[in-house]
Amino acid sequence: MSKTSYLNPFKAIKYLFKKPQTLRYPFETLEIGDRCRGFHKNDWEKCTGCGNCADICPNKAIEMVKIDGLEVKPEEGKKDERPQLDYGRCCFCGLCVDICPPGSLSLTKDFLHIHFDTDTFTFIPKDEKLDKETYKSEEDYSIFQASIVHRKENYDGFSPDMRYALFEPDRVEMPEVEPDVRKLSFIEQVIGYNKDEAKKEAGRCLECKLCEEACPAHLKISDYIDAIYRDDPKESLETIYEDNPIPSICGRICMAHCEDACSLQIRGDSLAIRWLKRYAADQIKNFKEELEIHPGEHTGKKVGIIGAGPSGLSLAYFLRLQGHEVVVYDELPGGGGIIRTGPPIYRMPLEAIDKDVNYIESLGVEFKFNTKVGKDIDFEKLLSENDAVFMGIGNTISFSTRVKNSEKCALALDFLKDNKIGEQRKVGKKVIVIGGGNVAMDVARESIRLQHIQYPDDESIKTKIVSLEDWDELPATDVEVKEAKEEYIRFNPAWGPKEVVLDDNGNIKGLECKKVKSVFDENGRFSPTFYEDKTIFLKGDMIIEAIGQRADFSFLPEKLNEKLEFTKRRKVKVDENGMTTIPKVFAGGDIVNINLDAVTAIADAKIAAQGIEKYLSEKPV
Amino acid sequence: MRELKLFYGPQHLGMVGNFSITLKVEGDRIVKADANPGYLHRGFEKLMEQRTWMQNFPLVCRINVVEPDHMELIYSMAVEKLAGIEVPERGKYTRSIFCEMARVASHLFGAWAYANMLGFDTVANWAMYHRDLLLDMFEELTGARVYHVYLRPGGVRRDFPNGFTDKLVKTLHKIGGKVPDYNATFFENSLFKKRAEGIGVVTREEALRMGAVGHTLKATGMKYDIRKIEPYDAYDQVEFNIPTRKNGDAYSRLLAIRDDMIESVHMIFKLIDKMPKKGAVYTKTPNPFKWNIPKGEAYVRCESARGELGLYLVSNGKNKPYRAHFDTPSYNHGLTVLEKALEGESISDVGNIMMSLYVVAPEIDR
Repeated sequence: MSKTSYLNPFKAIKYLFKKPQTLRYPFETLEIGDRCRGFHKNDWEKCTGCGNCADICPNKAIEMVKIDGLEVKPEEGKKDERPQLDYGRCCFCGLCVDICPPGSLSLTKDFLHIHFDTDTFTFIPKDEKLDKETYKSEEDYSIFQASIVHRKENYDGFSPDMRYALFEPDRVEMPEVEPDVRKLSFIEQVIGYNKDEAKKEAGRCLECKLCEEACPAHLKISDYIDAIYRDDPKESLETIYEDNPIPSICGRICMAHCEDACSLQIRGDSLAIRWLKRYAADQIKNFKEELEIHPGEHTGKKVGIIGAGPSGLSLAYFLRLQGHEVVVYDELPGGGGIIRTGPPIYRMPLEAIDKDVNYIESLGVEFKFNTKVGKDIDFEKLLSENDAVFMGIGNTISFSTRVKNSEKCALALDFLKDNKIGEQRKVGKKVIVIGGGNVAMDVARESIRLQHIQYPDDESIKTKIVSLEDWDELPATDVEVKEAKEEYIRFNPAWGPKEVVLDDNGNIKGLECKKVKSVFDENGRFSPTFYEDKTIFLKGDMIIEAIGQRADFSFLPEKLNEKLEFTKRRKVKVDENGMTTIPKVFAGGDIVNINLDAVTAIADAKIAAQGIEKYLSEKPV
Repeated sequence: MRELKLFYGPQHLGMVGNFSITLKVEGDRIVKADANPGYLHRGFEKLMEQRTWMQNFPLVCRINVVEPDHMELIYSMAVEKLAGIEVPERGKYTRSIFCEMARVASHLFGAWAYANMLGFDTVANWAMYHRDLLLDMFEELTGARVYHVYLRPGGVRRDFPNGFTDKLVKTLHKIGGKVPDYNATFFENSLFKKRAEGIGVVTREEALRMGAVGHTLKATGMKYDIRKIEPYDAYDQVEFNIPTRKNGDAYSRLLAIRDDMIESVHMIFKLIDKMPKKGAVYTKTPNPFKWNIPKGEAYVRCESARGELGLYLVSNGKNKPYRAHFDTPSYNHGLTVLEKALEGESISDVGNIMMSLYVVAPEIDR
């Protein structure tokens, strides 16, 4: 060992003459990394209150608390709850940020908290927009007061990033028949998930249950999705049956309000809740043999139901489970009501409808098809024979535009009904459909299929849609519009019909249209105005009107008809038990609600089922 | 001479943390040493059974306070093995760079502890400062300075931020430039040599018999490194040496650590050069709330700064682990090897030997 090595350490003396490396905090500022995981910040406008942050928090530092005065919007998936942080527990891992579906929660670079009170550790984070007290500008900020409630504004740290989100934003694509193939026939368009696809899609569910509040019938969605994920379609279907006795139907044509509320939908695709319901229903081949659902014990009460549509079917099922004797009357040869006649076969095959109806029948519900109340059986007789009567008659009469020569046009519901359960209609080579709703889409898409079948290899065939509404306000769903476009249906939005033009023989030659100025008035009510001078002429040899439908109450005797009261929106007025202004008569479905869809009809049936149960138990024997 | 019982720790300046040793001494010679762990038992392995696969990340990293990253790594590796997830190429490199950064930071911390213990305060302060520079890098990359929670099964949670690698290279050059000063004042300082050379000798046979790993084994001349034996992540993509020493004493162990640190810095440079410039850094894993991992068990191991780290993880098909058990290097070093190494040494060298074994008490009690 050389002697110099004892002197070697003295080399360190040179550092005496260098600047200190220590930061003189807080007089010298500390530069903080851009991904710093400090205190939380939450954008209340984006936050839905779904509670996924609370669920993933490993330390249970996050609790969802109800905020007074915050608006609840179930249909948009908004709750009045917001996360509250307990910084005594938080470990600043940032999992809450990566799971947050709307991306409202983020972490800031602030991490200092100086306070005498330990209660201040509990904090409901907001952002700069709502909480100007907490977030101070550069001038107002003082490091000596730094705390959870004294922070720098726009001091963002660890932020949500879709590329690294913990949830799966993309939906498992539903296999469908290609547009060029499907438009040639009535083949069912949606093929349905197979087992692996369904399990994968079900696995995306975050179980925040926003959907359950958005669903009019409040199905236990997260439970039945979880059962599919666990590969137990039977349990899934039984869970569905608790609230929805027509899963095969709803699994195909439900308007899926749940999917609009899905928290995944905010920054990705919503969970395919409808298709998963269909998967559960399709997996069970024979409901009667496999499901363990039993009707209740006989109560001796009798209920008559008019109309075997979604509301009638559901009510029959619910009442049967309560043990009442139920008879359903319908003028059609089978169950389903508007579902049987309306939605085209490529969307709603008859076998699927019969599967649901037959199961309900197998539970002991009596169906009297081909029986029109008011013609084959008297309403008053029905009323006297039963302990309660339910009207779920739906809207069965199409409106007409009533422009000149409109009597030459076909009506949407009749057109759809004939094609589905009657004789296929002969269509023209150039069809014009008036209307912009889902019924108009059905009509147009059915028309193009019929054209392909009736005029094979004819390239001149054309189906056009004329709607009052412009692209952005079309009442039809985006999916329907997209699929119609894929099938080469032409759109003429923002044109209103002026006159149906006839040739010398009295046949349709085309439609004269006028430009729409506005569809709704300043109160948002439907009241179209037109530029009378701006017109176009659309050539066509067939015109179908699909502008809406109404109910037919002609079966009611005049005395009762007078008693039946309506709301301002021309809906049958019912009380909280679903009873109309006629005693003993309950109502539901399209004649009551304004959603005009199956799942709302089920919700009405649930109300009526409870109402009838209450009514029957209170009624003296 | 009369035998005395001496309680060393847990409240003792020369102790590595919440840990104690009961010494039987004759004069100031140690006849027998009994290590007493358990002061820091937090029930992590049991707690892990209550939390979902994803929620366990903020937990596992806390098992080793000084070097949380290899705990995250081994846990992700075990989950990946159970669930059959592959890490994308860029993710592998990112992980390796991240873990080598952790190794350097941990070794600097070790140098601080050792130097501080022996009273080399100047060096201790340098080591702490240089570790802090690396923590700044960690903060920029992950958002946290100590518990990074940066890894996830299938890769890492975020890609490198813009310009990160340049900054990292600059920082490492800054630290590397101080190596001659470190050598002069600490590693090759005659005073330090006098205190560390020839004490706490563990022969290779003893080391192997007692399950010593990492630098303790390397100090006996054995090239044993999981990164070479069972390459994981990107370690099979780069050339690197395993520095060894011959004597098996405290001094050799510290030099093995120093050389390992220098090797790591070189490896980071090589990894940065070879790293794919683009690509995914992680493989998507299922929804954390519904992630059920198929039944099975996995044993994985990696080379942490202290040596071979193992994890035995069992899944019974649920969304939580059924059982987790860590095989941590400090367990062997802090209990069996330490007891052996202390025999016949002087009381004044207890802290010295313990530091050279690089024991981290939290790792012993999980």
